[in-house]
Amino acid sequence: MADFKWPAIEKRSLIGKRISRLDGPWKASGSAKYAYDINRPNMLYGRMVQSPHAHAKITSIDTSVAEKMPGVHAVDIIHPVGQEVLWAGKEIVAVAAETDDQARDAMRKVKIDYEVLPYLVADTTPGKATGYTQQLNEQTQGDPDAGFKAADAVVEGFYGIPVITHCCLESHGSVAEWEGDKLTVWASTQSVSGLSAEYATSLSGKGIPTTAPNVRIITQVMGGGFGSKFAADTWGISAAVLAKKAGRPVKMMLDRDHELSVAGSRPSLYAEVKIGAKSDGTMTAWQSESWGTSGPSGGANANLPYIFQTGLAYKRHHTAVHTNIGPARAWRAPNHPQFALVTMSAFEDLAAKLNMDPVQFLLKNMQFAGERNKGFGTKDYEQELAKASELIDWKKKWHPRGDKTPGPIKSGLGVSLHTWGGQANNSTCNCTIHSDGSVEVSLGTQDLGVGARTVVGIVAAETLGLPLDGITVNIGDSKYPPAGGSGGSTTSGGISSATRRATNTALNKLLDQVAPSLGVPADQLEAVGGKIQVVGNPAKSLTWKQACAKLGASTISEMGQTDRSLTSGNVGGVQMAEVSVDIDTGVVRMEKMVAVQDCGLIIDLKTAESQVYGGMIMGITYALFEEKVMDQQTGAHLNADMEFYKLAGIGDIGELVVHMMEGPGYDDRGVIGLGEPPTVSPGAAISNAVANAIGVRVPTLPLTADKVLAALGKGGMS
Amino acid sequence: MANQPGKEHPEEELRKEGAQPDKSPRSMGLGRREFVKMAGTAGMAVSAVGVLAGEGILKAEPVAPSQDVADAATTKLVGPGPVRMTLNINGKPTAVTLEPRVTLLDTLRDHLDLTGAKKVCDRATCGACTVIINGAAMYSCTVLAIDVAERPGSPAAKIETIESLAPDGQLHPVSQGFVDNDGQQCGFCTPGFVMSAKAYIDKHPHPTYDEVKASLGGNLCRCGTYMGVRHAVVEAAGKMAAGKGGRA
Repeated sequence: MADFKWPAIEKRSLIGKRISRLDGPWKASGSAKYAYDINRPNMLYGRMVQSPHAHAKITSIDTSVAEKMPGVHAVDIIHPVGQEVLWAGKEIVAVAAETDDQARDAMRKVKIDYEVLPYLVADTTPGKATGYTQQLNEQTQGDPDAGFKAADAVVEGFYGIPVITHCCLESHGSVAEWEGDKLTVWASTQSVSGLSAEYATSLSGKGIPTTAPNVRIITQVMGGGFGSKFAADTWGISAAVLAKKAGRPVKMMLDRDHELSVAGSRPSLYAEVKIGAKSDGTMTAWQSESWGTSGPSGGANANLPYIFQTGLAYKRHHTAVHTNIGPARAWRAPNHPQFALVTMSAFEDLAAKLNMDPVQFLLKNMQFAGERNKGFGTKDYEQELAKASELIDWKKKWHPRGDKTPGPIKSGLGVSLHTWGGQANNSTCNCTIHSDGSVEVSLGTQDLGVGARTVVGIVAAETLGLPLDGITVNIGDSKYPPAGGSGGSTTSGGISSATRRATNTALNKLLDQVAPSLGVPADQLEAVGGKIQVVGNPAKSLTWKQACAKLGASTISEMGQTDRSLTSGNVGGVQMAEVSVDIDTGVVRMEKMVAVQDCGLIIDLKTAESQVYGGMIMGITYALFEEKVMDQQTGAHLNADMEFYKLAGIGDIGELVVHMMEGPGYDDRGVIGLGEPPTVSPGAAISNAVANAIGVRVPTLPLTADKVLAALGKGGMS
Repeated sequence: MANQPGKEHPEEELRKEGAQPDKSPRSMGLGRREFVKMAGTAGMAVSAVGVLAGEGILKAEPVAPSQDVADAATTKLVGPGPVRMTLNINGKPTAVTLEPRVTLLDTLRDHLDLTGAKKVCDRATCGACTVIINGAAMYSCTVLAIDVAERPGSPAAKIETIESLAPDGQLHPVSQGFVDNDGQQCGFCTPGFVMSAKAYIDKHPHPTYDEVKASLGGNLCRCGTYMGVRHAVVEAAGKMAAGKGGRA
């Protein structure tokens, strides 16, 4: 019997190697078909009329002219008369027409009257948001007042990070097609297996009775989600309604402005922080008064300070601000980047006051981080801080706050660390071995671009002793066994362990079948190098094809599920940034950034490193450029386009270095997802590097030139 | 992104050398608004040939040059209804019947099922829609199809889409570079990057990393694949120059 435990390092032929993603050739040749690329015969194009008001009541809707416009085949009232809209961009009416342009023409002829109501879209202090605030419970631990009395140094600071958006390059949307009472949806989704039931429930509620088995979801590839694409969403359901009404397939993908203003944002967080420490750097108390908005729902308590909580006296209070902006959605590593920015900035400011190297400050306070991460002890952070310091040459390059060298270009270093849970989702895998030797591995999971398809293929091939191209990986279709949605770095642990269990069980069935012909019990056989062989005796073997031929007319089909003995959680990492700041212009430039990251057993080193590079670059982007700018006068999102909602380009990121912690100890934790953690630290590390360069804190992200100059005017060197 | 002036300015140097492909629609003559305005006033042909309603996805087939746009010089106006025109796409004359307001990107994606070029910003910012027109990388979202169609006295512009790079299933060296160096994650920006890189390498066979950074400044990625992209393009150029990578 082959063992389902992960193979020992010396026995791995594929796991942990640098392997190119399986769908790479489709993507790089333009042949990959995303939901946006699906063109069905007789397909119509859907467009939605959106509210221009941030808060209003709909008093009338007249679609009569639109319905008669050329090419129009169906109209769907999404949000009827009498209902309120709570943000500008809320979808009211959808139309489907022969061409996209005709749908837009018709959209402009829909007449909607509103009673405009008071609104708040400014991301402001609670004092200026009367009537829109909700005080959450103050939380305390220990005796912070005593802690501040015992402190040798106390600093107070203000830190913040505005609302940003997901800006998925493939906008949200789908193509919906009915065949009788069966609906097929090509969706850009992070939740292939989860959507069928949601569609069925929502459509039944709109008078189109259907059930989950009648709704098929297909997502072979998808163009980015980052946490914003778990639901069927208003537009998904409306596309299905329009398709039903018109009797023709409907494609409805969001326009860019719609995508940016409505289809996902990350909550803001601002905090006034007071923090005290002994002269040796040991913290004695933390106090924070924080606020932020996640749109109409306000938002949750701020879990501050980040990571360093165990045994530290703290007092914190948070105000949720309810605003009329598009609702927040999970954004890669929800809340951690905000908590890290506030916490690590305050730590660095305190270290500066104590004339301490911030790395030494973190090391001095590791006692407070200990139990925050079960199974992930302080020793790991110490190792990672040491490795990152080495890679960025911290000891040589770091200087006390304020670069004293002459000239306008000031250099600085900053550090931050992070953690993430990432417990595996519940996934199910089927492994089918055919008598011709072909192998299918099927899961209703999805590949957001992280390499999920490749992870499944590698695990299956490793388990069966086959090359990667000996496995057919079937994912991205709800007809396959259900798998969890892809969010929170839960996918790799779920799909890799489920695949390992399914393929291992199938292999053992095969070994049972071929054991008689090799003259040994099945438990003395192994699958290695494309053969089934007697353990330790390669001469006694069958090729994989010969072995499978013994199945005759039968087929092996076995299931496997997420196995928590093959996966765990609680990863960590350290990042260090080196920046240069021009104090004449205020421009911050990335010079170098180093990430040291652990994630348990790595399946594919190449795509794992890509996840970390990607997290760093998304982090550089929100640190330097991103902000959802709202206009309180009109309630509108002002930069709902890619000209003014800025993403980092290829020349903006400096030199990036990734080091994965792996080997004994790390591998023993099993497979853990990696999408979230590397996105957490960049904002804090870069903000700290800028403070180290110019001698003052730029309080809020993004670190734009105007803010840098303003901070310098308040006490910088210029 | 152009909002980050650095200590060095490779972009400006490249522009001085004329190395930077001009993706501005103005370099093509007209933007879409200007064209639509002009279509109503300047001497071009009215045509009501080919009603889109009911046809679904238009079938494209290589045909002889259309008369409708070709006759424009002798008549008054084209549009706003559908106009028959002939494009040169991937070496093939391709007839389509479209309203003059239809962009090249929508023509490719919605009418010819060439979906490699992606619609992302739709406003000439992100580069996901990049195609090569007469040898230069261009944003197809901000070019009208009629602007690159055959006109009286001038042939249709030569449009290369990513679908032309691997006609026999053999990956182009640039695409292969993106695969080997993991210069893609979700992959939605990738075809645009590949086409920008190909256009650049065609004119600059030995790019440095800094030149690659400058030449791809007009393409944006959200997943954060730039490290792999840099390696992909330098490696692909090296292989193409050495003649090892097949077509150059």
